[in-house]
Amino acid sequence: MIDYISSHWVSHYNYWATIVIMMIGLYTIISHTNLIKKIAGLNILQAGVFLMYISMGVVTDGTAPIAAEGFTIYSNPLPQVLMLTAIVVGVATTALAFAFVVRISETYHTVEEDELLFQDKLQSSEETEEW
Amino acid sequence: MKDNIILRIVAKMLIPLIILFALYVQFHGDYSPGGGFQAGIIFSSALILYRLIFGLEAGDKAIPRPVLKLIASLGVLLYTGTGVAALFMGGEFLNYSVLADTPVHGQHMGIILVELGVGFTVAATMLLIFDSFAGRPLTTQDAGIEKQHD
Amino acid sequence: MIDIDIAINMLLLLFLIAMATTILRLRRMLAVAMILSLYSLLTAGLFMVMDAPDVAFTEAAVGSGVSTVLLLVTLTLTRTHYAKNTARLQWRPLIIVLLTGGALLYGVHDIALMGDINAPAHRHVADHYIAEARNETGVPNMVTAVLASYRSFDTLGEVVVIFAASIGVMLLLGDGRREHRDGDTP
Repeated sequence: MIDYISSHWVSHYNYWATIVIMMIGLYTIISHTNLIKKIAGLNILQAGVFLMYISMGVVTDGTAPIAAEGFTIYSNPLPQVLMLTAIVVGVATTALAFAFVVRISETYHTVEEDELLFQDKLQSSEETEEW
Repeated sequence: MKDNIILRIVAKMLIPLIILFALYVQFHGDYSPGGGFQAGIIFSSALILYRLIFGLEAGDKAIPRPVLKLIASLGVLLYTGTGVAALFMGGEFLNYSVLADTPVHGQHMGIILVELGVGFTVAATMLLIFDSFAGRPLTTQDAGIEKQHD
Repeated sequence: MIDIDIAINMLLLLFLIAMATTILRLRRMLAVAMILSLYSLLTAGLFMVMDAPDVAFTEAAVGSGVSTVLLLVTLTLTRTHYAKNTARLQWRPLIIVLLTGGALLYGVHDIALMGDINAPAHRHVADHYIAEARNETGVPNMVTAVLASYRSFDTLGEVVVIFAASIGVMLLLGDGRREHRDGDTP
């Protein structure tokens, strides 16, 4: 194990670090009850995924993928294209999630998940009593 | 924030520069880093800054919302229209090589048109999203303010 | 990448981990918004170090610009100032996260070494893009060439997704017109 870590750590530390970032984001999503905090966690997770993809496109001694005189080694443009579009789509879908949160808070006057579920339970038990 | 003179003057100086930079990123995107996505976001952030400082009504006067919706749809239409044009000129859908006299010119032209469509849609979309949020009236009840004591 | 790049890269990644942990623990939502904005800016710097100027550009404009503004507007509209206190460690989420992270770490040790030019990822279509993109499309920026020409179906889908998301937001929140503001919102 020690051998593996010492032989891989320079070339793999990016992947390990991005996995740590992704897991912090995942923990934020699962453990918090505040919906906005959950979306912040989703953003952290998303940025971790972007970093991982871009790390895969890096080439040693390479340069940015814009053709120029005197350069022959370029980093891989494909992951960059995928992540570029994913970032913009990410902000659009985050905006959609925020819109849902705003509507939820207007109806329930809270953005905490446990309070939402409690209000739902209260309402459904009231309905069954009326029946 | 309309009454703060520093914000107003600095914004008036910055907004044209940001828009100019957005146009540079849009039309120079094939030679340097940039392209439709980045240019659209930068363009919309200039107009969002305008809205933040001078208010939504002033922003609505600058570019009315029906026009924004039109631009957002126009971008998608321009993108697919380029593809369909290639289809009618004898190529496959989105194969730009047939658009001009030589394949390279056709490709270059297609890329510029498509990036323009992307820029239109992204800029207008971000502004529409911001307007929807900012135009929403505030609810009267507080959600989280009393939670700080528990 | 040269050595100074590797050093900057490690430092930025450590900062990112620290910031993500801070966001996890913070309860004050305004501070969360600010640190998330800074987090995006550092991510953009990291993209720049990893030779991806286009992505860095986008992340800087989106992450620290538009999405911070949207987060602040949402905080105002929902009047959220503090998140509920979840300082104590929760075991079930932790177990799930550790299992997922362990699986990912196990999977990642098979990945080709970072920066290795003979990795399969660099030998498939990327070779063709790098060698031929300029001759075939007349565009020196390979990212633009791949985005708008080689993979334009993909980009078409993304643009339609953004368009659809804006329609969704407008359906949920109204389209922000002044005459709708005082009246009929439920």
